[in-house]
Amino acid sequence: MRIGLDVGSTTLKCVVYGEGDTPLYQEYERHYSQIPEKASGMLTRIQERFPQVERAALCVSGSAGMGLAEDLKIPFVQEVYATRAATKKYIPDADVVIELGGEDAKILFLSGSMEVRMNGSCAGGTGAFIDQMATLLSITPEELNNIAMDSQRSYSIASRCGVFAKSDIQALLNQGAQKCDIAASILVAVVNQTIAGLAQGREITGKVVYLGGPLTFLPQLRVAFDKILGVEGTRPENSLYFVAAGAALSGPGEEFDLKEITQRIAHYSSSHHYQASSALFSSQEEFAEFEARHQRDTVPTDAPLLEDHIAFVGVDAGSTTVKAVAVNSQEEIIFSRYLPNSGNPVPLVRQFLLELYEKYPDIQIKSAASTGYGEEIIKNAFGLDLGVVETIAHFTAARKFQPDVDFIIDIGGQDIKCFQIKNGAIDNIFLNEACSSGCGSFLQTFAGALGYEMADFARLGLFADSPVDLGSRCTVFMNSSVKQAQKDGASIENISAGLSMSVVKNALYKVIRVVDAKSLGQHVVVQGGTFLNDAVLRAFEKEIGQNVTRPSVSGLMGAYGAALYAKEKGRGESSILDRRGLMNFQHEVKAITCNGCENRCRLTVNTFQGGARYIAGNRCDKPLRKGGKTTQYNLYDYKRQLLDSYKPCHGPRGTIGIPMGLNMFELYPFWHTFFRTLGFGVFHSPESDRKLYFRGQHTIPSDTVCYPAKLLHGHIEALLDERPDAIFYPCMSYNLDEHLGDNHYNCPVVAYYPEVLDANVAALSKVKFIYDYVGLHRPKDFPKKMQAILKKYFPPIPEKEIRAASEAAYAEYYAHMGRIRQKGKEYLALAQRENLPVIILSGRPYHLDREVNHGIDKLICECGAVVVTEDSVSDQEQKFPTGVLNQWTYHARLYAAAKYVVDSKDKRINLVQLVSFGCGVDAITGDEVRSILEQGGRIYTQIKIDEITNLGAVRIRLRSLFAALGLGTEAAENREA
Amino acid sequence: MSDNAHRVEFTREMKKDYTILTPNMAPIHFELIKNVLESDGYHIELLRTTGREIVDEGLKYVHNDTCYPALLSIGQLMHALHSGKYNLHKVALIMTQTGGGCRASNYIHLLRKALKKDGLDYIPVISVNLSGLESNPGFKITLPLLRKAIAALTYGDLLMLLKNQVKPYEIKEGASDALVEQWTLTLTKLFEQGKAFTQREVRDYFQRIAKSFAQIPIRRREKTKVGIVGEIYVKYSALANNHLEDFLFSQGCEVMVPGILGFMIFKVDNRLEDIKLYGGSEAKKQVCTLLKWYFTKYESDLIAAVKKYPQFTAPAPYAHLKELAGKVIGYGCKMGEGWLLTAEMMELIESGYENVVCTQPFGCLPNHIVGKGMIRKVKNLYPQANIVPIDYDPSATQVNQENRIKLMLAVARE
Repeated sequence: MRIGLDVGSTTLKCVVYGEGDTPLYQEYERHYSQIPEKASGMLTRIQERFPQVERAALCVSGSAGMGLAEDLKIPFVQEVYATRAATKKYIPDADVVIELGGEDAKILFLSGSMEVRMNGSCAGGTGAFIDQMATLLSITPEELNNIAMDSQRSYSIASRCGVFAKSDIQALLNQGAQKCDIAASILVAVVNQTIAGLAQGREITGKVVYLGGPLTFLPQLRVAFDKILGVEGTRPENSLYFVAAGAALSGPGEEFDLKEITQRIAHYSSSHHYQASSALFSSQEEFAEFEARHQRDTVPTDAPLLEDHIAFVGVDAGSTTVKAVAVNSQEEIIFSRYLPNSGNPVPLVRQFLLELYEKYPDIQIKSAASTGYGEEIIKNAFGLDLGVVETIAHFTAARKFQPDVDFIIDIGGQDIKCFQIKNGAIDNIFLNEACSSGCGSFLQTFAGALGYEMADFARLGLFADSPVDLGSRCTVFMNSSVKQAQKDGASIENISAGLSMSVVKNALYKVIRVVDAKSLGQHVVVQGGTFLNDAVLRAFEKEIGQNVTRPSVSGLMGAYGAALYAKEKGRGESSILDRRGLMNFQHEVKAITCNGCENRCRLTVNTFQGGARYIAGNRCDKPLRKGGKTTQYNLYDYKRQLLDSYKPCHGPRGTIGIPMGLNMFELYPFWHTFFRTLGFGVFHSPESDRKLYFRGQHTIPSDTVCYPAKLLHGHIEALLDERPDAIFYPCMSYNLDEHLGDNHYNCPVVAYYPEVLDANVAALSKVKFIYDYVGLHRPKDFPKKMQAILKKYFPPIPEKEIRAASEAAYAEYYAHMGRIRQKGKEYLALAQRENLPVIILSGRPYHLDREVNHGIDKLICECGAVVVTEDSVSDQEQKFPTGVLNQWTYHARLYAAAKYVVDSKDKRINLVQLVSFGCGVDAITGDEVRSILEQGGRIYTQIKIDEITNLGAVRIRLRSLFAALGLGTEAAENREA
Repeated sequence: MSDNAHRVEFTREMKKDYTILTPNMAPIHFELIKNVLESDGYHIELLRTTGREIVDEGLKYVHNDTCYPALLSIGQLMHALHSGKYNLHKVALIMTQTGGGCRASNYIHLLRKALKKDGLDYIPVISVNLSGLESNPGFKITLPLLRKAIAALTYGDLLMLLKNQVKPYEIKEGASDALVEQWTLTLTKLFEQGKAFTQREVRDYFQRIAKSFAQIPIRRREKTKVGIVGEIYVKYSALANNHLEDFLFSQGCEVMVPGILGFMIFKVDNRLEDIKLYGGSEAKKQVCTLLKWYFTKYESDLIAAVKKYPQFTAPAPYAHLKELAGKVIGYGCKMGEGWLLTAEMMELIESGYENVVCTQPFGCLPNHIVGKGMIRKVKNLYPQANIVPIDYDPSATQVNQENRIKLMLAVARE
């Protein structure tokens, strides 16, 4: 008898063979990390079924089985290899196998040159990802599959990492998108992730086989794969068992005494040691002291409505929960609700208000405010009077508990928000970047995966003796850290405690980036639902080495703050819906495409009774037809217009296509002029969009490179459509020297991405692809060098002509940069005159791309500010000492722009830095720009961007910035009052 | 301009009684270099610390998205400073600075920032670079010192190369490691006496070393031949790559790790290529040509010494690597390990190491191009190539890395 045991990241599978090739027995179950127990149980059942068999060949496979097999000296077969063995046996004519597991995704190319691919360490798009997303929708993965069938349309959802996808989905939910459409979009995201991450330039065709849990249980996922790949894949009957079968078939056949090996597995505890931290509590007494201390920060939540019947309402529609609070005229809480947001906050708030009216029939609500992700929709739906940015709401509430508060940290379902308070105002804000999770929903997902409720799970860790040290990183990484810990024999208790600690570490070291956790502040207030877990609270106190205040209404602080804000800013009468209004409440959602401009945003239009509307999904405020404070002074627009003025042209020497990506956003005027003067026709690829990206994604070799670079693959495809005589995209180690730094390099990706395109876009071999190394930094040598390069592709061109073209090109380039600077000066002067705030939206030339910046420039204009660029002010600074080696041309401009902000001494001029996810260089520049600004007493704001389309978080950030500067609507209202 | 005005210099006085703490990259090489420096009057402490604390210190002081090598080297230094073992007013730190367009040139500044955060910015930090980026009166890379250092590095390359080829087959376990240790001691003694540096001596010792390894009794067994390429720190440092060499040994592999000398020649040659591609001064060209010629002599001697023994695989000369690279990538691609990394993959495959682990720090920018970016072209030329890129960072887990390597090995053993 041969037994194959597949110990996956979440499940356990076994297949038993006798003499023949048909399995005698197979079994599948979730192991909830209790691998020795479950595995020995499975073996015991096999023995019960085949009592006559005493010895059998055993072979283990699966990532979580590696340690066990090694320690017990059981043969081990790598799982992809096992899959291949089984496929060869059962489906010998298969061309491609796609196998998705709990945390792994794999593609095997079997025909032709054999290749196997596994997802890298940073990759969503697996079973765990689908589970996470289903949790977010409050449904099971199977239900997700079922509703996906009814979908009418799909939205683009970032799939690289669960955290990105979550923010996309949250935004869609809050905008009122249909669950079934979201479900289908999630499945499409998984498919795109698999292709982008694993196909790496190789086409998936022929007979495609689907294996593994998600592809077995979710037929709609198979449908999505079929549709996008344009194939008709097959799922074999035993698609769950291929790894186990392969292990049985390809193992060395070493036999074991079944009883004995079962015993050994049952008593197996890892010989490895995991890295442990000290226990949260060393004794029961310590815990008792801790409990008693936090008891003191309790406030009643059931105070009476006073005789004046006056009340104020605050609603915090957060990412995963809805919180609502009503206070009386003494600011005491008379009624509150803390509800999981199962996708649509509107009915929850309606229910809250109905209950409130029921409890206090003669209540007089004087003012009401909303905050959080769902601020706008709730405000519109129920006629609330005010909206307030979350940061201000939380600060307002925290001040109530600790008037001297100087540091607030709020860990909610998906956000971490921290603010430093100086002189009674928010001085600095830290929000978690899209890449670091470590929030409440993170704990919840892990608890769910291990079969627990979140509160129970967190409690398990309180008395764990040696919590696992999991470090601080994003969920995807954490999954594998947990896997490793399980392999090393960590108990559930120690994993739980470890996760609580990692939430804290993530917040401290990843979001706030403290060096000395002890220096946060004297009076720290912690809040947000996650801190309701004692384990997290304790871990936090231990990490920062001091006691903190946790208000008993920790989870309600946003809503409570909104209520207090409503009271402070109220105008006497509230427009909130009354009881009858609520009874007749109607809410309709319609999805439409906006035809206002070429963006064609997909809008969700929420209509409420009485015709109140709330529109979401828009990238500009055109469909809203709101007047208001939007400014039209946007240097990004101007730069785009300048580029548009270089029209396609024809020429006798042939046509040259240039991809509009990375440094071409700055150098196009140069090359356009150069080639046109020489008598070539020149044109560039179309503007980037999602579709263009998808066209090229199958040729991207490294899934962690920045999005602007990835887009180039699509641009090349688009250029090839036009059949130019040549595509021109030179490699450039060096950029032009602007004398702002010690050197004038390009970053490695900008410098050499043409090499990657040549190596991976097969279709480029059909055209002349000119990607030679060019040095614009040596204008004297340039013509000669360029002449030699062009000679390789075209009939010789006289040097004289090339010289003339070079001169024209350099002149045009400098004229172009001059225009930008001139316009920048104009805008700054105008802002001065009209007393408008200015944001220097700093990044790289390619952040001009609307598909890269997601319209953040417009968003800032909508906040009423003037937008200028880093390259429009950098020339006003001289080279100055920096704390880093200042060796990249583009990045030197960032430092200069920061210096400009400081030197301006004008509080209305501020800098916001755009950082593309995966930009290694910005890990250095970000810190340096921050330190230049902070040394000058200014606030640093960084916005990380990737494929994400969710601007909600960005909006909060910007509003908080304006609020902190005293320039936002909150401040404006303040002045009015 | 970086803030050199306020930089604490390493003065001549400091040379007398300061201990210079040095992060460890390649154990064999750095040990030898350390001894060279000590023979020149410096007090060097080569840090051998490992473990999670190093990573944690790094995470605290360096932006978490910074490359792993910076995080580890700075973590290792900060950990040492916090250990209480050293008089903080009598220590200096040392860091290499490659001077190219990748982030690595900034490590030293990140280290200074870390020191500043901790109020330790009175500690001098010495930059080791050949680009004239920073200088210190008390630490001069003189020509004699440079010669010695190059010799030491080349000895390191040879010892590493031979050890890797003998260890999997040795009959007496530990014999080749012991021989490395013995040679390190011997060479150290010779360095102290000012010996074993001249070209002739070096050639002589190369041959003795090769002979001594050839004499270790071995039993030939079927082993899977695996090459390791990658970002230079992660490639060599066990701390960074989770003891990759040991893991591969334990899985029944023979490992080949290309040496450091090739990288040195590459860096010099880059300057020549720059001049060729973009134009430049004739004087600079001559200096670099001379330096390249000088390095190449060591390389030829090393290859000759190894080639005497047919059981050993000698590394290919730099010129050959360059020729290989020319088939797939431009010579202007020079940041980080540049085209050399691609060439090393190709050369390994050609010399029978068809299975290649390409190690890189997570998010390493040059590796997007020369590592992952070139695999397709390399595979087109060598269909038998079996390459696995592995990312390293503070939270990538060993189990995932090993799982991927095991997959590569399973395919290798078909």
